[in-house]
Amino acid sequence: MTDVLQPPITIAGDDQPQGHDEHHGPTGILKWMTTTDHKIIGLSYTVTSVLMLVIGGLFAEIIRFQLTAPNNSLVSLAQYNELFTMHGSVMIYLFAGPFAFGGLANIIVPIQIGAPDMAFPRLNALSYWLYLTGAITMLAGFFTAGGAANFGWVAYAPLSNSINTPGTGADLWIGGLLLTGFSAIFTGVNLTATIFYLRAPGMTMFRMPIFTWNMLVTGILILLAFPVLTAGLVMLYCDRHFGTHIFSVSGGGVPVLWQHIFWFWGHPEVYILALPFFGMATEIIPVFSRKPVFGYKGMVFATLSIAALSLGVWAHHMFTTGVVLLPFFSIMSLLIAVPTGIKIFNWIGTMWRGQIWFSTAMLMAIGFVVTFLIGGLTGIYLASPPLDFFTHDTYFVVAHFHSVVMALVLGGMGGLYYWGPKITGYLLNERLGKIQFWFLFLGTQVFTFPQYLLGLRGMPRRVPIYPHDPEWKMLNEWSTVGAVMIGISTIVFVVNVGVSWKKHPAGDNPWDGHTLEWFTTSPPPHHNFYRLPQIRSERPTWDYHHPEHRSLGHGTHADEMHSLVGDGFEGHTS
Amino acid sequence: MRRLVALPLAAIVLSGCTVPNFGANKGATTTSRSVFHLWQGFSIGAVVIGAFVCLLILYAVLRYRRTGDDIPKQTQYHIPLEMTYTVVPILIVFGLFAATLVVENKEVANPKTNVNIDVNAFQWGWKFSYPGSSVVVVGQTTQSPTMVIPVNTDVHINLTSTDVIHGFYVKAFNFSRFALPGVVNQFTFRAVNTGTYFGQCTQLCGLYHSLMYFQVKVVTTSEYAAWLAAHQNSSASQASQTATKQQTSAHVPAKYTPSSGAN
Amino acid sequence: MKVEAKLLLGLGLFFGLMCAVYWNWSLENAGGVMMFAGMLLGFLPGAYFYWWSRRMPVRPEDDPYATQAQGAGVVGSFPGTSIWPFVLGMGAFFVVLALVFGIWFLVPGLALVTWAALGGTAEGRRGGHV
Repeated sequence: MTDVLQPPITIAGDDQPQGHDEHHGPTGILKWMTTTDHKIIGLSYTVTSVLMLVIGGLFAEIIRFQLTAPNNSLVSLAQYNELFTMHGSVMIYLFAGPFAFGGLANIIVPIQIGAPDMAFPRLNALSYWLYLTGAITMLAGFFTAGGAANFGWVAYAPLSNSINTPGTGADLWIGGLLLTGFSAIFTGVNLTATIFYLRAPGMTMFRMPIFTWNMLVTGILILLAFPVLTAGLVMLYCDRHFGTHIFSVSGGGVPVLWQHIFWFWGHPEVYILALPFFGMATEIIPVFSRKPVFGYKGMVFATLSIAALSLGVWAHHMFTTGVVLLPFFSIMSLLIAVPTGIKIFNWIGTMWRGQIWFSTAMLMAIGFVVTFLIGGLTGIYLASPPLDFFTHDTYFVVAHFHSVVMALVLGGMGGLYYWGPKITGYLLNERLGKIQFWFLFLGTQVFTFPQYLLGLRGMPRRVPIYPHDPEWKMLNEWSTVGAVMIGISTIVFVVNVGVSWKKHPAGDNPWDGHTLEWFTTSPPPHHNFYRLPQIRSERPTWDYHHPEHRSLGHGTHADEMHSLVGDGFEGHTS
Repeated sequence: MRRLVALPLAAIVLSGCTVPNFGANKGATTTSRSVFHLWQGFSIGAVVIGAFVCLLILYAVLRYRRTGDDIPKQTQYHIPLEMTYTVVPILIVFGLFAATLVVENKEVANPKTNVNIDVNAFQWGWKFSYPGSSVVVVGQTTQSPTMVIPVNTDVHINLTSTDVIHGFYVKAFNFSRFALPGVVNQFTFRAVNTGTYFGQCTQLCGLYHSLMYFQVKVVTTSEYAAWLAAHQNSSASQASQTATKQQTSAHVPAKYTPSSGAN
Repeated sequence: MKVEAKLLLGLGLFFGLMCAVYWNWSLENAGGVMMFAGMLLGFLPGAYFYWWSRRMPVRPEDDPYATQAQGAGVVGSFPGTSIWPFVLGMGAFFVVLALVFGIWFLVPGLALVTWAALGGTAEGRRGGHV
């Protein structure tokens, strides 16, 4: 009875094909093209999406430099419209989502639940090819005569119709989105099916790591939201080319319908972007505090309620249209603050009385929490219609969502520093990592704070030139300084990857991790595991290495928790 | 914690003099002042909560640095604490929502008034017509048409667009509203200060979106009547401004000081 | 299976409630229809999982006391390498290019899609190699 955890056993029975590690498949580029291994696909996703981050970041730097003077002429008005449209599109459609659910989740989720691969490996490969071709299609707009799409990443009708935006750039944008949209849907199917059907024995739903939980909820949200976007894009294409009048007044259509459809996808999309990064922070903070995640079940229910509420808040992007039901969307949006607050307090509770190790990953995660707190608090203002009327389409909104998405970048970088060693087998340089963190974290604040003030002083979004006002100019210059700092942090990251390339072997478990990915080798073998520990809590690897330090419940719940982690009631296995 | 809920409500009651501005201004209309007070209430809540959470994070980060190889107590749940930080935010949220409803109802109210203005947004300019008279003011991009309104009078706006979606935004009114094609958006405001206020299109509407300026000139009631009478028959000359398109230039006139006299 | 079923049914129920409140209050159809569809997306798979959860023995992954040995054996048929996702992806790429540059792009597009469909099916029958 004292030996709680059985020694690990091999996962493969005699009847399962052996010898996966010496893979006899093709090599080189053909290996990349034909692989169905979730780790290689996930790595392709990660590399491609970080490339997109760099491309989108370059657009951002050009935008920021254009705005350093009121009447600057670095780019023309038309070029500016293309730049911010593609900046938003690349960051939202091609970086943040694919990085999280195509990249890290693709690699980590199957390993965290003890699965040999994703449920549909060939569909997974197809997802990547659709994503890559979608990205190429969207960016190809820059090489057409009319330039890239220029109607903003939200493509509001009727600006996006064929009269106001003729040209192939807009069509390429729609086509690229169709491809990446399907890629996201397939990944959502894959994640949901994998998590529902491929968990290891003993890995019950309420023992899944929070990252996996968040990816499950993300998968469900993708299935709810993305088909709506795809349908909307088809309608938009029909309006542009087949003479329908779904979104045009002249033929009896309703322009606001596009906004309803777009934001019905768009707001769940915000959480599709955010939840994976919440999950990353929730993996990183407990490991580097050497404690279980505080309030595990509260965390799960918070994630579920965010997902549930996210379907009922889309029109808070449309308050100023004057045609939506203000109180309903206001209270729904305000309520999202509650589960988000629970998460923040749970992260603090996890660190409380812990033994915090300030590795780069942990710093990034703490930076994520702080930056997300700022973005979240300013989001509460925008849930109130009168304050939204006041700040809508000004730089206040720009600053709000840049606080949020830069928090996601911090979280994502944390994820890379945390799981990078598992994926590649080698550690990243910690000193460079910390330099990167401080540039990224401080740069983000220097970047967004002047924008909040600019918004309150009335500067609208999406303007390349603005009225002469020394204060606006000064604030814009500061924001550009922040953008440059963020740019430097990205360069530091790229340098770090180069400098640390195959230098310091990580070992299987460099951080004393909690979850199953730290039980296998770095990088994991083909089909992920040679052996698995018994799973008796949401921290199987920790329980294996520290059997005497199991999670404790609160007060009277201690006994119940004790039996939950398992005392070896072997008789119960019916 | 109950004080946290009461604060935003209290801030609406209180005048803005004793509470900091948090970057916003009282504005030039009655509703803009309500919005400003709501802003102050939200800001107090945000600053208090934000500071509280940041201090917690800072304390945890400084106090619980890794000192040795010990493994801390593996506490995972504290049900009363978790309940507290679920219930208290819900109460705060409902407080904020109540305060929001009060101001929102003021903003969407449409009291009857004699001053009606039809605002028509187009690529890339504004047309202000005064029903009941023949006065029409039209101006494109940097011509910056001026909407003249009387002070201390309810002004009712019927806002629409002829082509794409535009944003009617006057910073000093702490207010914006979309001009939608096919929809007439109605709202009413009452300016309390005379002065000239800067307005601009906020919703991306194409190439010259950034040049789609206008001005709102708030004058005394008698000046307004005189202005209306004087332009009764000269509206043709105002409308002729349409002909002088300035679409090739990306030049902004030197002096466009946003807002004035808003405080 | 029970937790999965409850999760989806719960989401469906919440979306249904929201849909009812929203549709009756706002009388706005687009959002109402989309929320209704959201409810179905919770209920349809949720009901399927619920139906099965009552008819199948507890899976090892749902059993808190399961041992790893219970999971031994063939987990499933996982294809090794396959070129067909790439071919299908390129086919979809050309189909989308047809939307932009002209109908004649459909010829290579549909040819690649068909080829991938045939090839992929044949590979599935052979079982691929792991």
